Amino acid sequence: MPEPTTSPPSPPGMPSLSELFISFIIVSVSGFGGALPWARRMIVEQKHWMTTEEFNEAFALAQFLPGPNVVNFSVVFGSRFGGAAGAAVALSGLMGPPLVIVTVLAMLYAQFGELEILGRILSGITAAAAGLLIAVVGKMALPLFTKRWTWAPAIAILAFAGVAIMRWPLPWVFAVLAPVAVAIAWFKPAAKTATP
Amino acid sequence: MNDNPLIALFGYFALLSLFAVGGANAAIPEMHRIAVEVMHWMNDRQFADSFAIAQLSPGPNVIIVTLIGYHVAGLAGAAVATVAMCGPTCLLSFFAARTWDKFKDAPWRIAIQAGLVPVSLGLIAASAFVLARAADKNIYAGVVTAVTVAVASFTRVNPLWLFAAGGVLGLSGWL
Repeated sequence: MPEPTTSPPSPPGMPSLSELFISFIIVSVSGFGGALPWARRMIVEQKHWMTTEEFNEAFALAQFLPGPNVVNFSVVFGSRFGGAAGAAVALSGLMGPPLVIVTVLAMLYAQFGELEILGRILSGITAAAAGLLIAVVGKMALPLFTKRWTWAPAIAILAFAGVAIMRWPLPWVFAVLAPVAVAIAWFKPAAKTATP
Repeated sequence: MNDNPLIALFGYFALLSLFAVGGANAAIPEMHRIAVEVMHWMNDRQFADSFAIAQLSPGPNVIIVTLIGYHVAGLAGAAVATVAMCGPTCLLSFFAARTWDKFKDAPWRIAIQAGLVPVSLGLIAASAFVLARAADKNIYAGVVTAVTVAVASFTRVNPLWLFAAGGVLGLSGWL
């Protein structure tokens, strides 16, 4: 029996470890075509564990670090709310179910060699997944485009155009734009400190 | 003779993960180069099939490395490739998140954060654009995407219903 003192009293709105684990399982098994929209839906819209801005910041950090973005994000998010245990729990919730599912799919494929029906279903799901990601981009962009940081939307549009329109390699776009954006942010701090 | 495939899997994917800025999708071409051209672990067709199976599975797209590992050395290969691709960057993320939170109010940290957010947003928007262009091969698929944008933006309907509708339409051959 756990004593009351063994579980640190988490402030309201702070997820427990089991809650973190289950939430990231739900995110991962829903995440066809990318888990980001589902992570944001869970964390910002359903559980209110982070505000829109906090989520944007945590995800930007995860994306800045090398490696898979959503995987990094699960570690960043989990460690913030539950330390090392939180990071481990969020990561295993995110990676566990897909590992099992993909291994079963690989075995089925080795057995039957044909996944045409699944592929047709997936093409429909992907069309919806693209729409879901576009909607999430809109929601994430809202705080950026409603504040008075005139340069921030310009940076976002340049990053988008470089990768999506010009088809430049993503790491190069990142390597050029990130230092520029950080330098601008350094010399032109956000509105709250700039206005007297 | 150092030709243990598990060691090669671990070495390549651990190295790749540390250079994979922009996530798993940005690293796909490099994975293809290593798995098909350098190491001859699989041929083009097998790589394309692994990519398709990884897309079929829910969850992070990085799961393709699990399949490459599985192809090379069975379940042990799957485990080693996955740990190599996620382990080093997860440790890095953990300590970065720690440092990040510790210097919450430092001016340099605030500037980096403020600079990274719009870059990150633009890159996510680009991946949404690329995904939509790949998925919307005809007008019906485009309608599914547009309806999903509207429903996910303005209602609280669970998007899984839209995924289900898209899946049924795809199965019926409309998309």
